[in-house]
Amino acid sequence: MNKKGIETAVGLFVLLGLAALLFVALKAANLTSFGRADTYTVTARFDNIGGLKARAPVRAAGVVIGRITGISLDAKTYQGVVTMEIERNYLFPKDSSAKILTAGLLGDQYVGIEAGGEVDNLAAGAVIKQTQSAVVLENLIGQFLFNKAADAGGGAGGPKP
Amino acid sequence: MGFVQSIGARVLAALHGLGHAALFFVGLVGVLPQALRRFGLVITQVYAIGNRSLVIILASGLAVGFVLALQMYYALVTYGAAESLGLVVNLSLVRELGPVVTALLFAGRAGTSLTAEIGLMKAGEQIAAMELMAIDPRARVLAPRFIAGAISMPLLAILFSAIGILGAWVVAVGLIGIDAGNFWSIQQNKVDIWRDVGNGVVKSAVFGLICTFVALYQGYETQATPEGVAYATTRTVVISSLAVLAMDFILTALMFSTP
Repeated sequence: MNKKGIETAVGLFVLLGLAALLFVALKAANLTSFGRADTYTVTARFDNIGGLKARAPVRAAGVVIGRITGISLDAKTYQGVVTMEIERNYLFPKDSSAKILTAGLLGDQYVGIEAGGEVDNLAAGAVIKQTQSAVVLENLIGQFLFNKAADAGGGAGGPKP
Repeated sequence: MGFVQSIGARVLAALHGLGHAALFFVGLVGVLPQALRRFGLVITQVYAIGNRSLVIILASGLAVGFVLALQMYYALVTYGAAESLGLVVNLSLVRELGPVVTALLFAGRAGTSLTAEIGLMKAGEQIAAMELMAIDPRARVLAPRFIAGAISMPLLAILFSAIGILGAWVVAVGLIGIDAGNFWSIQQNKVDIWRDVGNGVVKSAVFGLICTFVALYQGYETQATPEGVAYATTRTVVISSLAVLAMDFILTALMFSTP
């Protein structure tokens, strides 16, 4: 094959490879749904973050609006500090609340944001004050047993606080 | 005593070989800029290494995608998770099978031809003739092939993954009847562009460097006889494959250590 033909063939090969990369990136991965969109950062403090992981989605009304970028422990209050990036075109009132929820019965955990009623919106770097921790199965069972025991004890006239 | 001595001799020989290969690699990297200046040579080699491997890579990728989708379906449908079929196939291809299987095929298809070509050049004393003409055979013969291998391998691996996913789509949507929207949207939700696709590309680039280097080294250091070239070609496939599998384990452990 002559030089021109080889160069054309190589060019086609490289273009084909790049097209494949584009296909995998756009059609079979999350570049379109979440690329380098313009975001702002907010933090929230939880007493218990459960199994929440970095890069988990942030949802409002079930719609993915952002990602969790970092999780750390506040050394003073012993609370989990969750940093998340939310797309800039979704603004939330200042008194919005954040919950750690689970997708399905055994699914991954994510942060759900419920809008509040205030006029001012959360600014970049703001802290969400109202939070609800993850449901930990052991605590739930513990609470259930405690309530059962309290019910049984209450009937026998045990001390009531 | 003879037993201990034989162990020592083997270890020393292995270390000697490793050091020799490392020095060879350093020398090869040193002449890469010269090859980049004559890019026409690289293009010719991309054609020989990349374009000509295209058919086997695409055919294998399609077959792997088909089979993976069918087998995964039988397993997933038991748990009512047949919709995740695309995700499972996508992640297995992009993270592991794409880079690894392509590298193994690449070692067999392109690596052997590189070794045989350079081995025969050496047996025909073309390499010695170049040295006599004060042309550095590493810059003229080896470096363009090395760069071409490094360019071709990631492209081939991503093509393998892409055609595999398309193959899985054909089976899942066409044959099994999984909803096409679900097939793609679950993948888009869970497959991360940097973590999964990006690391897969990094893997395939590393494998490309390994396979091409092993092939060039074996060809360049071959015994200049027909048996020597045959032996070197065999060693290329064996060493490349083992190195790729070992490196894959290390890279996977580094890249995907956290879930």
